[in-house]
Amino acid sequence: MFHFDSEQFRVKVGLAEMLKGGVIMDVTNADQAKIAEDSGASAVMALERVPADIRKEGGVARMASIAKIEQIMRSVSIPVMAKARIGHFMEARILEALGVDYIDESEVLTPADEEHHIAKHDFKVPFVCGARNLGEALRRVAEGAAMIRTKGEAGSGNIVEAVRHIRTIVNEMRKLTVLGREELVHEAKQLLAPLELVEWVAGHGKLPVPNFSAGGIATPADAALVMQLGAEAVFVGSGIFKSTDPSARAVAIVQAAKNFNNPEKLLEASRSLGDAMPGLDVAKMHESELLQTRGW
Amino acid sequence: MKKVGVLALQGDFAAHAAALERAAAEAVFVRDAEQLDGIDGLVIPGGESTTMLKLMHYDGLLEPLARFGREKPIFGTCAGAILLASEVSCPSQESLALLDIGVERNGYGRQVDSRVTRIVPEAEFVERTGAGKLEAVFIRAPIIRRVGQGVNVLARYQGDPVLVEQGRHLVATFHPELTSDSRVHALFLEKL
Repeated sequence: MFHFDSEQFRVKVGLAEMLKGGVIMDVTNADQAKIAEDSGASAVMALERVPADIRKEGGVARMASIAKIEQIMRSVSIPVMAKARIGHFMEARILEALGVDYIDESEVLTPADEEHHIAKHDFKVPFVCGARNLGEALRRVAEGAAMIRTKGEAGSGNIVEAVRHIRTIVNEMRKLTVLGREELVHEAKQLLAPLELVEWVAGHGKLPVPNFSAGGIATPADAALVMQLGAEAVFVGSGIFKSTDPSARAVAIVQAAKNFNNPEKLLEASRSLGDAMPGLDVAKMHESELLQTRGW
Repeated sequence: MKKVGVLALQGDFAAHAAALERAAAEAVFVRDAEQLDGIDGLVIPGGESTTMLKLMHYDGLLEPLARFGREKPIFGTCAGAILLASEVSCPSQESLALLDIGVERNGYGRQVDSRVTRIVPEAEFVERTGAGKLEAVFIRAPIIRRVGQGVNVLARYQGDPVLVEQGRHLVATFHPELTSDSRVHALFLEKL
């Protein structure tokens, strides 16, 4: 049914396992990719514009240009991910043919389909998808996502939404572990998620795939916070290359993800960083400006 | 019970700790040089070798790890294998050079070329650990292109060595920690 034991799915989840404890950084060119790799990033995400610029400039945000992704793939030896629009399975097929290591079916880009996500089990390349709650996470896993990340609010520089999403997912999982079998059937209905996956989470107390965090991480303290709340690795989008000293901040956030349990080392990582990216008050944003509501 | 450190800079260190516990050892995470004191052996897990190398430099861990390896056993999988090899290519990078092997990074290609396969280990592996094929999970795996004198090959895939030992150290280019088979970890524990 869910192919958890299939060799292909295990290999997809396997790469996510290798990225745990690390930082995946958004980059828009080869120079930024080198800065990310030199700082100790475990992977880079190739895209045309970081979320803060997508938000500012508007228009349709699509898969990055092939030349740009290829240039980034040539410049680093760590894994290279790229984003495809929600439901745009042909962008995904092209990225698969190009040989990117992971595809992010991402709400940061303009959705191509307002009802369907990509049928991800049909691909050899693994997918990561965003989620705000357990139901959304399990629907993505059912479709074949091999990694889940909280959506947060990309490009906002505000950690509040990422915190809300990781707390929600962890809390909903914890609740499942104490419910009886008949209650799980009802819960699956509430979550709009397949019963088989709901039962798996109830039995294990965690998602069947690695659970990372994204959307609003701008400081070492932000990275440590989401790791403390249960994230197994972090994605940083605009937070690094929209700050005044990207190299220093990249190193600091990598150190924070590694030492999230060690306040002395976090203090050390937080020194001499220059200014963080400017942030947005998500509570004052109009519903139509939110990226997190994209995805079904 | 043997106490084994798992280098926890980045990567699948949690999977290794679970595998060591299944093989009846105590696992502790190592993030500092001081944490190398008092452990019987060390696992360098899978992950990104370039990333781990940067993090080792940042924390000044390269020399303490090399010193540890001159006295006690180290087991490296995938990225760990690259960090233990004496020679690294595609692209080249420095390493702890504790085993005389030459490895080519991402030897099979990118993630779409990653695979799970079953391999028949050498007779010696079976004699020392038990019968049966080995399930080998290769993820952006390196290929061992050269083995020096004194390196013992315990399993091959498509003709290339994938599980080798030299003296007290053990290296796998695949991920035994991502399977339920504890024999490779048990083999390492025999060395402690």
